[in-house]
Amino acid sequence: MLRYIMDKIAPLFDKGKLLHPLYPAYDAIDTFLYTPKSTAQGSVHVRDSLCLKRTMTTVMIALVPCVLFAMFNTGYQTFELMNANGITKLPSQMPETLLGWLSFHWQPWLMTYLLSWTEGWGPLALTITPDVSFNYFLTCFVYGALYFFPIYIVTFVVGILWELLFASVRGHEINEGFFVTSLLFPLTLPATIPLWQVAIAITFGVVVAKEIFGGTGRNFLNPALAARAFLFFTFATQMSGATIWVPVDGVSAATPLSYVQTDGMAGIQMLAEQNGMTEMQYWFWSLIGLIPGSLGETSVVCCVFGAALLVYTGIGSWRIMVSILGMTLISSFFFYFLYATGQVSAPVYGVHPHWQFVLGGLAFGLVFMATDPVTGSMTYKGQFIYGALIGLVIMVIRATNSAYPEGVMLAILVGNCCAPLIDYFIVQANIKRRELRNV
Amino acid sequence: MKKYYDILFAPIFKNNPVALQVLGICSALAVTTKLETALTMSLAVTFVTAFSCMAVSSIRKFIPDSIRMIVQMIIIASFVIMVDLVLKARAYEISRQLSVFVGLIITNCIVMGRAEAYAMKNPPVESFLDGIGNGLGYSLVLLVVAAIRELVGSGKLFGQTIFLTVNDGGWYQPWGIMLLAPSAFFLIGFFIWVLRTFRPEQIEE
Repeated sequence: MLRYIMDKIAPLFDKGKLLHPLYPAYDAIDTFLYTPKSTAQGSVHVRDSLCLKRTMTTVMIALVPCVLFAMFNTGYQTFELMNANGITKLPSQMPETLLGWLSFHWQPWLMTYLLSWTEGWGPLALTITPDVSFNYFLTCFVYGALYFFPIYIVTFVVGILWELLFASVRGHEINEGFFVTSLLFPLTLPATIPLWQVAIAITFGVVVAKEIFGGTGRNFLNPALAARAFLFFTFATQMSGATIWVPVDGVSAATPLSYVQTDGMAGIQMLAEQNGMTEMQYWFWSLIGLIPGSLGETSVVCCVFGAALLVYTGIGSWRIMVSILGMTLISSFFFYFLYATGQVSAPVYGVHPHWQFVLGGLAFGLVFMATDPVTGSMTYKGQFIYGALIGLVIMVIRATNSAYPEGVMLAILVGNCCAPLIDYFIVQANIKRRELRNV
Repeated sequence: MKKYYDILFAPIFKNNPVALQVLGICSALAVTTKLETALTMSLAVTFVTAFSCMAVSSIRKFIPDSIRMIVQMIIIASFVIMVDLVLKARAYEISRQLSVFVGLIITNCIVMGRAEAYAMKNPPVESFLDGIGNGLGYSLVLLVVAAIRELVGSGKLFGQTIFLTVNDGGWYQPWGIMLLAPSAFFLIGFFIWVLRTFRPEQIEE
């Protein structure tokens, strides 16, 4: 049936017909639903049986746990924070001014209706009272989804429109690269981000970081990260601070990383006590990811699942992951050593190295951003150097830069910029070595 | 007449010093957060380029080849010092904002480049027009970039509020990145993109 419709409308997109400029859109939908009719023409580089589409689909599957966890955690953090501050009702009044409508968060309002609507549905009845029950779990999930999906839909629609525009003008097909970008980008944002800012940022990411250089496969910066960096520097008030991570108006909930930034280990101790846990318990808590932060970055466990899938299928490079991990460990030990021996007094240096992995976006960036096969290093030796560089920059920014608590985004962008250079030197060294051998 | 017209207006779109020759970028990054400073800088550079080109051109036959750079530099520097002193006397506030960048006009590649490439080989009137033309080409890019940066970055034009920002109780959320130097790179890049879309012959291989 679907095939029939697709075949029926196909002639509309032929050369010279009215809809011809939209042929890339037709082609994208067609090849997404079915296997492409045509085979590659001209010279091709076959490395293995993976095509771009399968690569991208695998990455998306690897991201699913992070997405699901992002939704759950957003709701969970909201209700926990409300509970901790004695707020029992979601704010549900309509904005009165035009300005209010522009920045209106409709989620609490909708949720209030959902709460009363589902009353008496048994296991499906939603409740915002913290409790170990399926109802509460489901509520967290639904509430988080109300925040995640608008961001995702805006990212996807705006991004795909730009892709379509460039594909139409240049006369090539849309490819699947953007599907991953559109899923990665929302996961790096705080839940309260205004949607119009999301639209502007993804425009920047797609146009400036990718299409200007010729589209998927030719970009030297990761588009999702470039978009985030743009947002970070353009609308700093919506991207950093203590009130943006959890969508409860007027109540601040800073990320653990920003406590670490000012107080070091004392900050972690305080957070653990607030949650009634020991430091070690809180470490596991952070490992699971039940802490405030950007939507998808908090859970190390979900990232490890993604990493396992990416490494198993050979899409993500284990060399990059291992070298970032190793270098972060080495440099955080070094900073800890400086602190322990009294060379520096800033408490942020004294954070125990095992905490560095569970806080902030390190796990997410290292698994999904740094290993991007387009923007990372290609050569095996180069991947180690590339990873080590990123690991070092992450720790240097986290420890020595008092303006930014997190350095993963900037570190990976720096790594992206250096990757072609690293590859170049590795290849040159290899050529020289082989020349010498054959003298 | 046609010849003079070409000399004067060719550097604006056809052979723009910033967009095609990619000269004078560093001041284009530094002074374009506000239209006011950008306009002052544009006038200063146009003045210096025009008069130093004319001066170099009128004595070009007497300049020994081996020390021509030094002679050009001395002439350019004299004009820059004049501009600097006038600004300090008449527009102290702008002069303070421009700070070191007025002095750095001496090392602006456009000024030196036109003196060396054009004024050394052509008569004074042509050189003068060429200097003005290149100054205008530079000014065009500077003013476009500065207008966008000031309007988007702080909601103002020439210091007058156009969009009332959120901090002042308005609706406009200013773009922080526009106040940082990288945005000028992006905008100059977009400018070149637009220019080369209309003039494909400028695209390099």
